Amino acid sequence: MRLRYLTLIAVAFFSAFPLYYSVVVASRHNSALAQVPPPLVPGGNFFANVARVFDTVPFALALVNSVIVAGSIAVAVMFFSTLAGFAFAKLKFRGRNALLVITVATMMVPTQLGIIPLYMLMVKLEWTGTNYALIAPALVNAFGVFFMTQFLTRALPTELLEAGRVDGCTTWGLFWHVVLPTARPAAAVLGMLTFMSAWNDYFWPLVVLSPDNPTVQVALSTLASGYVNDYVLGLTGTAIGTLPLVAVFALFGKQIIGGIMQGAIKG
Amino acid sequence: MSALPLAITRRRRRSVRHTLDVRVSPYAYVAPFFLLFCAFGLFPLAYTAWVSLHEWTLLSDTQTFVGLDNYSTLLADGYFWNATFNTLSIGLLSTVPQLALAIWLAHLLNRRLRMQTLFRVALLIPNVTSVVAVVVIFSQLFGRDFGLINWVLSWFGAGKIDWAAGTATSHIALSVMIMWRWTGYNALIFLAAMQAVPRELYEAATIDGAGTFTQLRKITMPMIRPTIIFVVIVSTIGAMQIIAEPMLFGQSSGGGGVMVTGGPDRQFQTLALYVYELAFGNATFDFGYASAASWLMFVAVVIVSGINFLISRRVKGGLV
Repeated sequence: MRLRYLTLIAVAFFSAFPLYYSVVVASRHNSALAQVPPPLVPGGNFFANVARVFDTVPFALALVNSVIVAGSIAVAVMFFSTLAGFAFAKLKFRGRNALLVITVATMMVPTQLGIIPLYMLMVKLEWTGTNYALIAPALVNAFGVFFMTQFLTRALPTELLEAGRVDGCTTWGLFWHVVLPTARPAAAVLGMLTFMSAWNDYFWPLVVLSPDNPTVQVALSTLASGYVNDYVLGLTGTAIGTLPLVAVFALFGKQIIGGIMQGAIKG
Repeated sequence: MSALPLAITRRRRRSVRHTLDVRVSPYAYVAPFFLLFCAFGLFPLAYTAWVSLHEWTLLSDTQTFVGLDNYSTLLADGYFWNATFNTLSIGLLSTVPQLALAIWLAHLLNRRLRMQTLFRVALLIPNVTSVVAVVVIFSQLFGRDFGLINWVLSWFGAGKIDWAAGTATSHIALSVMIMWRWTGYNALIFLAAMQAVPRELYEAATIDGAGTFTQLRKITMPMIRPTIIFVVIVSTIGAMQIIAEPMLFGQSSGGGGVMVTGGPDRQFQTLALYVYELAFGNATFDFGYASAASWLMFVAVVIVSGINFLISRRVKGGLV
């Protein structure tokens, strides 16, 4: 029993320590890194370093871009996933089960391997360098659809829908007046999960955006690839680009984790 | 008299609309996902195969059909095989210990525990951290001269290890980063499955004198097998496509290499990174050749996932 707690505490420590250490480095001067033993507590240089980050890369623009992109994606995913989840969970139509299985199976398709034609498509649409290229492909995904299907199957009483039908509600009316209010807690969790993964997305934005109009992650990688190895600068950017998200996560962690575990495919 | 037929037509029109609503609208509701997946997922993937049969660059408007030439060049390309080796090596090093650890952690969490939520949140914090942040932080930790890890190792008499420079050491460093980010997430997926296992099985096993490790092996593993299969396959697919970690490790460990090569000697260039180098990493934008590499990767992903599916299906225990 005691061993179990010790193990879990050790694991929790290793999970949190690298982030803590990024704050330590971010609040120091580069010369402090050469000390033996290395610094293990934060210093007083944090805000000077933050100012240097904003001088080196267009970080304010990156923050705005990331908020716009992740925010739009989160709202769209919540909406379209609830819509499709409603249909899969409560509406009867031919091919429903097959389509749901296909939806889950698409999660295993390595779509990243199609990145070259996807880029060509964006060139054709003249979306390269713009936020459209990031938002459009991410408007809805299989995980969200499956997640909302799971939730609505359990949480949405069929009698309520039947009563609505008797009162003359159209399907859209049912969605608007019955399903959306019921779906709200799960949709909120899905929204947070989606926002976080969109915020953290790196590879596709790197391909399709240019360094002068970046998202936070692209700006961070520019920062870390400086000609001089300025570790403090890189880690300061990392800290201010990551910690707000980690803080939000710590606050809503219980709900988000509940969401992830419910979305998991159970045996 | 004349009002009656009108009422009937109106009612009939309404019932047609109602039938349409009930029959058709479900398809409209699930359509956005399928349309989007086809446009931005499936179509590009399939089109990759078409592009791979051409001499095709971003800079030229004409594309010449060359058949399988790109593939035969690729099979004789040393960099391609080097990247294949690196991908398999990093994939194995990161996935196998990660999944074993994840199952074990889930097993530890699958009891009445104090601070259950705190542990779960802590486990998932790495997953909320972006790839860029992970690699920047760990490149510092793995630094040769001032890195914390070498400092700790020096207590045990180890010399200064240049993690990014060697093949084995760079693969270990990258695997640690990948494991750090994904172990907790997979542990929670396993935990979700474990909570659906009936408690009575464990109680009966305890009465029969089975220890906790035996219970894990003989009850838990067989009961959550579908989840294990799913996680193994998803992790395999993920591992075959690793790109951001080696790309960023190359630039922030400052090994003198350009970021797309995965170190100066390509010691940690993965397949996905090689594809990126061919397509976007230099001035030629060789989309045809890069697509051929991409498509071979796709075939490899399907084969390796299939093998893993067969293997993990054979993970058996006393019950099923």
